Amino acid sequence: MQWFNIVLQGVLIGGLYAMFAAGLSLIFGVMRLVNIAHGDLIVLAAYVSLLVTQGMGVNPLVSLPLVVPIMALVGYGLQRGLLNRTLGDDLLPPLLVTFGLSIIIQNGLLELFTADSRRLHAGVIEIQAFELLQGVWIGVLPLVQFTIAVAVIAGLQMLFYRTELGRAFRATSDDQSMAQLTGLDTRHVFAVAMALSLAVIAIAGVFLAVRTNFDPAIGPGRLIFGFEAVIIGGLGSVWGTLAGGVILGVSQAVGAQIDPGWQLLAGHLVFLVILALRPQGLFPKVSG
Amino acid sequence: MTRVEHATQSSRIGVALIAIALIVLALAPYWGDRQTLRLLAEIYTFVALASLWNLLAGYAGLVSVGQQAFVGLGGYLLFAFAILLGMHPIAAILVAGPIGALVAVPVAALIFRLRGAYFAIGTWVVAEVFRLLASQISVLGGGSGISLPAAVVVAMAPSRQMREFETYWLALALTIVVLGAIVGLLRSRHGLALTAIRDDEMAAESVGISVWRTKFIIYIITALGTAMIGALIFLQKLRISPDTAFSVNDWTAFIIFITVIGGIGRVEGPIVGTIIFFLLRQTLADLGSLYLMMMGAVAIVVMLWAPKGLWGLVAERFGWQALPLQRHLVLEKETVGKP
Repeated sequence: MQWFNIVLQGVLIGGLYAMFAAGLSLIFGVMRLVNIAHGDLIVLAAYVSLLVTQGMGVNPLVSLPLVVPIMALVGYGLQRGLLNRTLGDDLLPPLLVTFGLSIIIQNGLLELFTADSRRLHAGVIEIQAFELLQGVWIGVLPLVQFTIAVAVIAGLQMLFYRTELGRAFRATSDDQSMAQLTGLDTRHVFAVAMALSLAVIAIAGVFLAVRTNFDPAIGPGRLIFGFEAVIIGGLGSVWGTLAGGVILGVSQAVGAQIDPGWQLLAGHLVFLVILALRPQGLFPKVSG
Repeated sequence: MTRVEHATQSSRIGVALIAIALIVLALAPYWGDRQTLRLLAEIYTFVALASLWNLLAGYAGLVSVGQQAFVGLGGYLLFAFAILLGMHPIAAILVAGPIGALVAVPVAALIFRLRGAYFAIGTWVVAEVFRLLASQISVLGGGSGISLPAAVVVAMAPSRQMREFETYWLALALTIVVLGAIVGLLRSRHGLALTAIRDDEMAAESVGISVWRTKFIIYIITALGTAMIGALIFLQKLRISPDTAFSVNDWTAFIIFITVIGGIGRVEGPIVGTIIFFLLRQTLADLGSLYLMMMGAVAIVVMLWAPKGLWGLVAERFGWQALPLQRHLVLEKETVGKP
């Protein structure tokens, strides 16, 4: 029963990782951009939520309707003002510009909020739990978070394959110049994709902040979790990111149970093993 | 009769100036104080690290944000050999290089499955794995790190001054070896292949260059050099911990900044970049995180508006090159219609 509990906790945290991954995967799919500042933007969202929560005296979960649009706006502006300029055949500009952005966000947060560890408190929901089976307890908050993660991923899947915007995303993803010829403003499409990515990040950031302590330096670690979940799940597959996140979460939970020092290591090792045995990921959609 | 010539007039002047500078720097223990020697030695290690990263990213197109894996590996190898096997630190530095190269083989085999930007993050994961593994090694201090025992340090040279001179010259010599090896490589036919890959991978492949193999070899060579310099860095610091050894800020962010500012894809770039980096650091480092933010912003601006860096601007404006790396075809006149 103990192991069942551990795996279950891993699955539930996997939902959070899946949200990290979904935002990363979305912009890679649409514009082949890998955002090195992704993790730092997650942390930024956590701090925005901190400000909203403190400023208005509301529950962090209630801050979501404000944090999500703020981050989406940041994403739109970032893409229009900066990142669109980096896109092209050359790999270096987007990589190095987002790397520079990561340094700016990290140190900016450090300057504003110091290196102190913060935590958002969501109140009584944090300690509520119910017994699923005999001896198996599920926390309400992790369950809510996992459900939202599944909903977000289902929503992205729907958006990609059922809506006009999704068609524009897929068109620019397949062939940017052709999409432009049919009258799509790709700069706008890219900016909307980034806004969407940061909206997902915002949700992930708030749940991260409620779940664990955070400080300005933890961004790169979250980027790596998201990245690992993307590769484990298979590039370009929306549901794959959920599977990837869950596998990563379970590996970490099991690793931590064996030895606390092995929590992160176990996740990385599972990622490397999958990369060695099945580099296209478990549920690949596109190659390369 | 035709032949290929590498040197231009500016590169002849450049080489002469570099030779003079090297002599002055080699004599630094006679004219500089301890602070100067330390600073110069640190500058050399950054020149070497940035030049190696430039070879990897600027020429082979392998943008790694995980070279701290090999810096840290080199550092830990030095401490392991010196503490556990009682090896002389200088010998340990020389052994750390080949071991770094050996470790790089399976690492490359694995992460070369990732392309482009995902390759970059893959290298980062490897560095994280190294860091976490290092913090599990309790004989080397685990997560909190360890100092180089006094006995090992004293064994290097009896007096403190002599030891400092030794490390200084070692740093200068290793950096010259690294730079010399890079210049030699670029002047060879492999260098021509590498330059072709830098300019256009597909075209390079179509004239018969094995792009994958060339990149693989460059990755291994870079790991060798980086591990050696890593060992040297931690001989200077005399203390190592997983967080300093595998620091993404110190060994990747700064290195990228240096290379981008100086001019990526040019040998002179990292040297120019390091000089600028240290000038900025000496004047602005008190600003702390604001300084780092400015650095990030400058790197973004340069990447977007002057992607060839400062040396790139100079080279294009004046046609200068400090090192004989170009290839000119020299056509010698044949006397037409001999009597």
